[in-house]
Amino acid sequence: MTDVVSSGAARTSAAGTSLDHTPPSGEVTGGEPGQQPEAGLWGDARRQLIRKPMFVIPTIFVLIMTSLAVVPFLWTSKDPLACTVSGGLSRNPPSAEHWFGTSILGCDYYAQAIYGARNSLLIALVGAIGVVLIGGVIGMLAGFFGGWTDAILSRVTDIFLGLPFLLGAIVFLTVLKTRNPWTIAAALIILGWTVIARIMRGSVIAAKHLDYVQAAKALGASRSRLMFRHILPNAVAPVVVYATILLGLFVSAEATLTFLGVGLQPPSVSWGIMITQHDGYYHEDPFLLLIPVGFVVGTVLSFILIGDALRDALDPRLR
Amino acid sequence: MGRYVIRRLLQFVPTVLGAMFVLHYLTSVAIQFTGNPVRAIFGDRTPPQSVLENLTRRLGLGDPCLEQPFNPCFSLFGKRLDAIFLHLDFGTDFNERAVTDIVAGALPHTARLTLIAILFELVVGIIVGVLAGLRNGGFWDYLVKVSTVLLIAVPVLVLGLLVRDFVNVKFGNVLRGVDGMPELISRGFFAPTWSSNHPWASLLMPGLVLGALSLATVARLTRASLLENVRADYVRTARAKGLASNRVVGVHTLRNSLIPVVTFLGTDLGALMGGAVVTEGIFSVPGIGRQVFAAIFTGETTVVIGIVTMLVLVYLIASLAVDMLYAVLDPRIRYD
Repeated sequence: MTDVVSSGAARTSAAGTSLDHTPPSGEVTGGEPGQQPEAGLWGDARRQLIRKPMFVIPTIFVLIMTSLAVVPFLWTSKDPLACTVSGGLSRNPPSAEHWFGTSILGCDYYAQAIYGARNSLLIALVGAIGVVLIGGVIGMLAGFFGGWTDAILSRVTDIFLGLPFLLGAIVFLTVLKTRNPWTIAAALIILGWTVIARIMRGSVIAAKHLDYVQAAKALGASRSRLMFRHILPNAVAPVVVYATILLGLFVSAEATLTFLGVGLQPPSVSWGIMITQHDGYYHEDPFLLLIPVGFVVGTVLSFILIGDALRDALDPRLR
Repeated sequence: MGRYVIRRLLQFVPTVLGAMFVLHYLTSVAIQFTGNPVRAIFGDRTPPQSVLENLTRRLGLGDPCLEQPFNPCFSLFGKRLDAIFLHLDFGTDFNERAVTDIVAGALPHTARLTLIAILFELVVGIIVGVLAGLRNGGFWDYLVKVSTVLLIAVPVLVLGLLVRDFVNVKFGNVLRGVDGMPELISRGFFAPTWSSNHPWASLLMPGLVLGALSLATVARLTRASLLENVRADYVRTARAKGLASNRVVGVHTLRNSLIPVVTFLGTDLGALMGGAVVTEGIFSVPGIGRQVFAAIFTGETTVVIGIVTMLVLVYLIASLAVDMLYAVLDPRIRYD
């Protein structure tokens, strides 16, 4: 916490900018572009973040995991589903040929871990985007219009907030029967948008009463202009922070739902399936459990660290 | 305060009804698409049509709307509300065991589990948070920061599996091999699964796993609000008066610093009660979560709706209690 404050303060004085960060991003630039850096909330945050190892290292890790998901064939030439049971044992310890050994079905475990990233990250990404869209719109409408709109939307939020997350997701997925990344992401969206809606509503209400919004209103700005041009840029920061953390939580949600039997199923490949299939072999071959666990924990940890760093960088009070 | 409580209680009504309707609709759609779940009772035998119809009607699934896809079944929903709220009849499972009996049988386990989790996260979380807050920037602070982030990053599923496999089974096997090891430790605290011989001791490890995530949150909240409060004027005044450091921290600062922790506990209680599905599943605890989980798969909709409605109520009441406690802890807050 202290390092954030001191480095932020040092940077601010060095750049010669003021501490006033209320203008929305991108609208206010330094007097002479090119000489003085942009002084928006996001510009300041970006310059602060690239100097923080606790942001840079997890970001690099996430980028690597993303590359596993997008171009897995660059990381391994093996097919994760080309499985052979050789030597009488399907579970082989790591060797030169199979870096992570082979799974219970004799598949190359390294290839499985690489290809598994796609489903896990796809679910997390689709889930987080959906949650931000639905929660963001509902929170924005509730906060901006207030009154009856707020009362109704807040009650709807309460309904979904009160439902236990996992149990609700299980009920939803048993109804759907088809289990693929899209339906799992849908379950996460339907039960997960509430917190974003609450955060958005709170920060919209806070931003709504700021002087510059009142000034824009007095100048006759339309509702949509007020919402998207003036309020949204100022209210979106806490949503972005929480959405980053949600990405991590959704990666673990995939593993959990799969473990409970309502998530992905073989022949799909995902970290959750790897954990589920090999939980019983921790005694003889603990690496079969620990490898996918390492991928999941590393990814979740990275997203949480990125979220924390973003929160510190986007909070003007900490500078 | 009275008016505020009444207003909040009135707000419960649409929330509970809405949650029930969401569950009712989802489970109805499931039946509309996959057919009558009662058939599963007969296994691979085909029952006479009249027997099946009678049984289906007795179990409350005889409404014809359950055969029309996407029909919201308002009449069935009305009947369910009528039974639950006017006759306090939560229905039965497929063995005609009352939902209230199921809950009465499972609740003690879940309640114990939740109690252990909450005690663990409160005691350890607050101590660790205070330690970190007082040594801001020091080794302890850093250690707490790193370990809480790690705890938050490890999913409960992973933590539960690792603890069960490597602590309760592997390490427990070592303990069980030692002569003269008290059974309470070897088969209680380190039991691989829940055992009825040690109803409290064998819930210790599951409780710690369940509370681990919230422990990290409690520690971080305590640390952050302690840091904020030690700079406050009233703390400086207390120090200037010459009060002992323990008293300044323990009485003056901590009382105010715990307000966010109390708020968090309210939401956490509901999450722990309903979120114990994974922990209960890993350690085979026959608690509420397991019952609902099993009922979802067998299509026992009355059990799902009945128990989840109770969980929603617990969540709502806990959050109301916390909001009221908030006013007691912080006299500046008034609900009028």
